[in-house]
Amino acid sequence: MADLETFRAETRAWLEANCPPEMRLPMRDEEDRCWGGKKWTWASEAQKQWTERMVARGWTAPEWPTEYGGGGLSREEAKILRTEMRRIKARSPLDSFGLWMLGPALLKYGSEEQKKQYLPPIVRGEIRWCQGYSEPGAGSDLASLQTRAEDKGDHFLVNGQKVWTSYADKADWIFCLVRTDPKAPKHEGISFVLFDMASPGVSTKPIVLISGKSPFCETFFDDVQVPKGQLVGELNKGWDVAKYLLGHEREMISNIGVMDGGSLGAVASRQAGLSRDGDSADYLLRADLARFDVDAAAFACALERTGDLAKIRAAHPALSSVLKYYGAVLNKRRHELLMTAGGSDALEWEGERSKDGVAAKSWLRTKANSIEGGTDEVQLNIIAKRLLSLPGA
Amino acid sequence: MPLVLTDEQAMLRDSARGYLSEHAPVAALRRLRDSRDAEGVSRDLWRGFADMGFTGMLVPEAYGGLGLGCVEAGVVMEEIGRNLTASPFLSTAIVAATALARGGGDAQKEEWLPRIAGGQVIATLAVDEGAKHDPRKTALKAERSGNGFRLNGRKAFVLDGHVADLAIVAARTAGVAGEPDGITLFLVDPKAKGVAIERTVMVDAHNAARIEFVDVEVTSDAVLGEVDTGYRLLEGVLNVGRAAVAAEITGVGDEAMGRTLAYIKERQQFGRVIGEFQALQHRAAHLFSEVEIAKAVVLKALQTLDGNFDAAAPIVSIAKAKAGQVATLAVQEAVQMHGGVGMTDEFDIGLFMKRARVAQELFGDSNFHADRIARLNGY
Repeated sequence: MADLETFRAETRAWLEANCPPEMRLPMRDEEDRCWGGKKWTWASEAQKQWTERMVARGWTAPEWPTEYGGGGLSREEAKILRTEMRRIKARSPLDSFGLWMLGPALLKYGSEEQKKQYLPPIVRGEIRWCQGYSEPGAGSDLASLQTRAEDKGDHFLVNGQKVWTSYADKADWIFCLVRTDPKAPKHEGISFVLFDMASPGVSTKPIVLISGKSPFCETFFDDVQVPKGQLVGELNKGWDVAKYLLGHEREMISNIGVMDGGSLGAVASRQAGLSRDGDSADYLLRADLARFDVDAAAFACALERTGDLAKIRAAHPALSSVLKYYGAVLNKRRHELLMTAGGSDALEWEGERSKDGVAAKSWLRTKANSIEGGTDEVQLNIIAKRLLSLPGA
Repeated sequence: MPLVLTDEQAMLRDSARGYLSEHAPVAALRRLRDSRDAEGVSRDLWRGFADMGFTGMLVPEAYGGLGLGCVEAGVVMEEIGRNLTASPFLSTAIVAATALARGGGDAQKEEWLPRIAGGQVIATLAVDEGAKHDPRKTALKAERSGNGFRLNGRKAFVLDGHVADLAIVAARTAGVAGEPDGITLFLVDPKAKGVAIERTVMVDAHNAARIEFVDVEVTSDAVLGEVDTGYRLLEGVLNVGRAAVAAEITGVGDEAMGRTLAYIKERQQFGRVIGEFQALQHRAAHLFSEVEIAKAVVLKALQTLDGNFDAAAPIVSIAKAKAGQVATLAVQEAVQMHGGVGMTDEFDIGLFMKRARVAQELFGDSNFHADRIARLNGY
């Protein structure tokens, strides 16, 4: 315990000295996020400084082993680091699918060579990864995917199409599910491969969403050659890797259910000019906000508890479905309430006053929360089957 | 502190679970109800609670108790919830013991705490006056009279009120109803002149009473804590009670859910078990998610009471609000998924719905606590 308190004191002092003041301001929107990658342009000098300083300590991946560039922290130490970062409202120094999803999967399923090759550039934010999972005919029924990878001796030849590939147009590499045995039952003919998005035959096309933004792409593979050393895990056992990685994706999405700034009610009621002595419409909004604040605070406890259960290896893996489901529902509720509180101000789509419609665009973005990473309905199916053992689920 | 039970707490849970399922299962509540038991509690069971150490859990060791914390009390409450056990554990061992331990002078503690720990007395807190919990609205009047006070007014929803040996009464010594200042707690003998107790048989077959005070004289030694500034003590005591009820109601909801899952895996219609229908599966999965969240926030509230008592009010309100809401969902889904048999008295599931309704109301319902959260967050 004394060691942890020392660690806390040192961490606090280091963060105080090294986190630039601009990096302690709330992110205005997605544009303030640092994703890294070959095509990355720094939004500010402060962002560059902050990310580089954290990278130098391996604290962009605090719990990964130091041999792969990570921070080598214990779970307790990593929790302290997160708490101390939240205390000064520090922004995340680096976000990426490499950190959240591919990294954990490689640590479990990757060869030593693959770990050494791929993990350090993820920690340093040098390579930005995208996820090739969904296809036009394989959404909730992901295992029915059809993108083929034929064995050509020293390489696979990949042909097919992915869809909803987040940031495919900005990514450097892709982790991708491909069918390597078309004759096997659908879960048993899938493999998990990595390849360079600059490979000949890869093309992307952004999809314009209801938010007006295009975070997702269609991604096409036309005779793409993938060296065999870039297969992760065993051939035709890619579904295991895929599921494990989805667990991490769900954890990541469930965290959106928790608001950094605390009470939504406090924010929204200021926006709506709400007061306890307001008229009856205010009372109804206030009641909705209060119930939301209760649910959000309770959900934060569930996230903490699941993390603590994982530490002692007592967390059922399917709990990530509970958190993903609930976090998505909460985040959608949050933005519905913000829109209600914002009234007509929140409806403006362009211009300086609305920061180009950030409220409306964020609201629309959240509608994907209950679709991406497995829909609400898929999560409920998983809970029914794996946690409740209901027949036929 | 990790948000999980320690090994010792898990052992306590297991032993409470074993003890209660053997000595105080749902069938025991039915016996009390159906025999129209005059006391509504089993004295044998209460002696058993004393033997198990439950009665003295929150009593400091110096007064013959175990000096354990709210997490431990909550662990037992959750098991009480699973078994719908009727006992004075909440009124006496949790609420009254906390009030005396936190607010009592040496003589008061010496007089009452060892006997609470020993299971020899039943004690209770009388706070509500109207149909909805709101301690600030305390109006029962305590006027100075000679060396002491004279009490006039009414209390309702007093747990175990008709079998209590001691009532801790929230009274107004100054100010007006609605103000937190001016409230004082008194230790009152329920057999004192001017005290009229009416047992109110409740929907859940657990004990409650209305008490009327007409010119009830108490000495100044009867004051628990300080005159006029009892609200802080009262709120602290209530927060322990609220977290404990949140634990109980979570046990009620979890057990109702468990029984319902077992039922839908076995009940057949249309040639298959009804648990195969996605219409039920998704509702069950949603309910499970809610129950997981309720368990987490309740444990957090109990831990916070033990670790940082004075800062616990917000998380206690969140826990009581959430646990009440989730248990309400759980018991309603339970009755609905049981279908026709869920409506029969013979099946236990309706008893869970009844207890959840009472526990939801006890020490403030979900609306009361959500409103407190809004106020604490400044809106």
